[in-house]
Amino acid sequence: MSGGPPKGLPSTGPHSLLDMPHPLAGSSSEEAVGGDSTPSPDLLMARSFGDKDLILPNGGTPAGTSSPASSSSLLNRLQLDDDIDGETRDLFVTVDDPKKHVCTMETYITYRITTKSTRVEFDLPEYSVRRRYQDFDWLRNKLEESQPTHLIPPLPEKFVVKGVVDRFSEEFVETRRKALDKFLKRITDHPVLSFNEHFNVFLTAKDLNAYKRQGMALLSRVGESVKHVTGGYKLRSRPLEFAAIGDYLDTFALKLGTIDRIAQRIIKEEIEYLVELREYGPVYSTWSALEGELAEPLEGVSACIGNCSTALEELTDDMTEDFLPVLREYILYSDSMKSVLKKRDQVQAEYEAKLEAVALRKEDRPKVPADVEKCQDRMECFNADLKADMERWQSNKRQDFRQLLMGMADKNIQYYEKCLMAWESIIPLLQEKPEANGSPLVFIPWWSL
Amino acid sequence: MEQAPPDLERQWQPAPLEPLGHTDAGLQAAVGEEAEGSRDEVPGDGTEHALGLGVLMTENNFGLKKIEISVSEAEKRTGRNAMNMQETYTAYLIETRSVEHTDGQSVLTDSLWRRYSEFELLRNYLLVYYPHIVVPPLPEKRAEFVWHKLSADNMDPDFVERRRIGLENFLLRVASHPILCRDKIFYLFLTQEGNWKETVNETGFQLKADSRLKALNATFRVKNPDKRFTELKHYSDELQSVISHLLRVRARVADRLYGVYKVHGNYGRVFSEWSAIEKEMGDGLQSAGHHMDVYASSIDDILEDEEHYADQLKEYLFYAEALRAVCRKHELMQYDLEMAAQDLASKKQQCEELATGTVRTFSLKGMTTKLFGQETPEQREARIKVLEEQINEGEQQLKSKNLEGREFVKNAWADIERFKEQKNHDLKEALISYAVMQISMCKKGIQVWTNAKECFSKM
Repeated sequence: MSGGPPKGLPSTGPHSLLDMPHPLAGSSSEEAVGGDSTPSPDLLMARSFGDKDLILPNGGTPAGTSSPASSSSLLNRLQLDDDIDGETRDLFVTVDDPKKHVCTMETYITYRITTKSTRVEFDLPEYSVRRRYQDFDWLRNKLEESQPTHLIPPLPEKFVVKGVVDRFSEEFVETRRKALDKFLKRITDHPVLSFNEHFNVFLTAKDLNAYKRQGMALLSRVGESVKHVTGGYKLRSRPLEFAAIGDYLDTFALKLGTIDRIAQRIIKEEIEYLVELREYGPVYSTWSALEGELAEPLEGVSACIGNCSTALEELTDDMTEDFLPVLREYILYSDSMKSVLKKRDQVQAEYEAKLEAVALRKEDRPKVPADVEKCQDRMECFNADLKADMERWQSNKRQDFRQLLMGMADKNIQYYEKCLMAWESIIPLLQEKPEANGSPLVFIPWWSL
Repeated sequence: MEQAPPDLERQWQPAPLEPLGHTDAGLQAAVGEEAEGSRDEVPGDGTEHALGLGVLMTENNFGLKKIEISVSEAEKRTGRNAMNMQETYTAYLIETRSVEHTDGQSVLTDSLWRRYSEFELLRNYLLVYYPHIVVPPLPEKRAEFVWHKLSADNMDPDFVERRRIGLENFLLRVASHPILCRDKIFYLFLTQEGNWKETVNETGFQLKADSRLKALNATFRVKNPDKRFTELKHYSDELQSVISHLLRVRARVADRLYGVYKVHGNYGRVFSEWSAIEKEMGDGLQSAGHHMDVYASSIDDILEDEEHYADQLKEYLFYAEALRAVCRKHELMQYDLEMAAQDLASKKQQCEELATGTVRTFSLKGMTTKLFGQETPEQREARIKVLEEQINEGEQQLKSKNLEGREFVKNAWADIERFKEQKNHDLKEALISYAVMQISMCKKGIQVWTNAKECFSKM
């Protein structure tokens, strides 16, 4: 049922859920991703953690700021993936070299996509094409259409909500580039999606627009069958594991949302702290100008505070560019996953409805009509694909968050180390003895009076 | 306006060989060996003061004994004020201990309660009787430069605590000052609980105080003040301005820093909640969350320590005012001198004119003479005689004023030099301890985030 037969890998075709091991299940050496990795429902907490639950020191509400940027751990991820999959990689995709294009109608950015592959699906070993955001958007839509049973990675947001952010600023473009790179790498890593024909064309075609126009006329055959499932069927009972996944995603998205708000609030407070520091340091300089012996020490303190200010600015920049966007990506990810779950429910509902219809008809019981069998197949495939993707997603998520949070800790450590160095270096300056200037007055002890 | 001469009743001994410069070496030696945590000797500082030691006159008038002064307790009291209305105030317990020279043991000799207004009375007295001394300032009357967490309420326990320390500091500064420590009223402040206020008022010091208006007038009109005092006045104005600014911004910085730390506490909660839905990631998240809580709560102690630094700066902010007071006194004396000289010169001229018969200056007598006729030679003689007497007196006065003025300048400048050394030493120490605080804060931060990172790595 997946778009395009995956060559070289065992098919996830019609097998019973029970006896088919997923090609990737249990292949991870480090993570114990085995068996049922979904948590049981009683562990899930449906508590919401809204804005008002956020404990803020000044009793204010967190302000929302748009957050561009993406993870900086892609290199690590690339290498780790080798270990996880336990197989040699034969497809490498990179996004880089953003360029601005100014045309009469519009101005936009393109990115260079470099592909290296030994797969037979690729005519050449290497490709280099240029794509813009809307091309990525097109690709994602195509993937959703053609691979409805799979989880498609998210794209960075299309529109910049706050008018403050400059679409062509270096930071924004770099942030977006990282996110797009991540998007393609996630597809590359996927055993089914990476063989998708649209993906192939995206990576290789000189003229993508021609292909796009062509594609509009045809409807993907596979997608059709799933797309045409209307919402008319009522689901009897959702299998426990999928219900659990749904609940998990709900809570997960909530928690991420809260973390996003906290992180934004911290950055805001840090920036305000920075503003005050930038006024604080120079006052010591002003004072230094009044003094004699104290001039150097005071000037030293002023410089020190200046260094700490710079370190803080670096911290807030890093957090804004590298931390926040990954959070948002995962929130988007869980949103799109939820819609895939819904689709799965629909497929199951359709199957159940048809089965019931058959049961009601007084026909030969033992023989199940063909179209009901087809429905069952569809459902079982969907379930298998989804389950496999969930496991893979969980494993990647764990890795991504481990790196993300370690990165956050690292940045804070570096900030404090810079400040520590600054303060430690002025201690000797402060302790310096002044040169003897003039002799003290002659002293006569009182007790001798 | 005359400077009150050293009153034998107030000071135990006349001290012609008074060390006007540094408090230093002698006092240092007196308390030196017994001092714990020996610091480097810096001449003319308040090291002994920092160690909680001072000196006081012995009862038998035979020199100075070493003492320890502490303001050990603060107590809320209610009483009736001057208008017979009920009021609440805080009383402070002052304990004085005499330190035995040989074995360093201290014995409690005096213990009494004083309230802030009595400290103020003491200081005002010292200001009047020692105008050439940079008199140590009191801690602030009302909480200023607060950041949001600190209460501006005078009854707030944190404020009271910091004030207690400030009052102790004040007493130690006075006790370690070579001249002020000898003062009898100060001695009585520490030893005589009842009736002290009456004793102070009996000195009549309020009457001896220069009027503010007079001082202002002198500041504007003085022609030839000692340049050093003029410069010093400018310095103290600038110092006051820069330290005020510094304290204001520091308070804002503290506010913001508090916010940054506290928001991290929210991570603790959400990590904990998130960990509940995770299998492998749960433990790492949970323990990392704990470290975030530790981080958030660490700021309270950090900022409390920083308040101590702010208090050290505040002391010198108020010291600037004391410096200005000395400059003002000089201007007043100088102006007085100039006026006296001017007056003398005009009298001399009058006399000369009367004697020689030429009228160059306007005088009422001269006018009336013109209008109502010449005066008799006898009358003129009489007038000249009066004038000559006045001139004589005036010359004596001018001489003594001159002498007083020079004495003042010499003594004041000596104390100012002592003060400068003390200031440089104290502020350096303050900056060092501030840097040490920052270093400690950074190290704590590194520790917490390293712990958190380790937890994350186990996710």
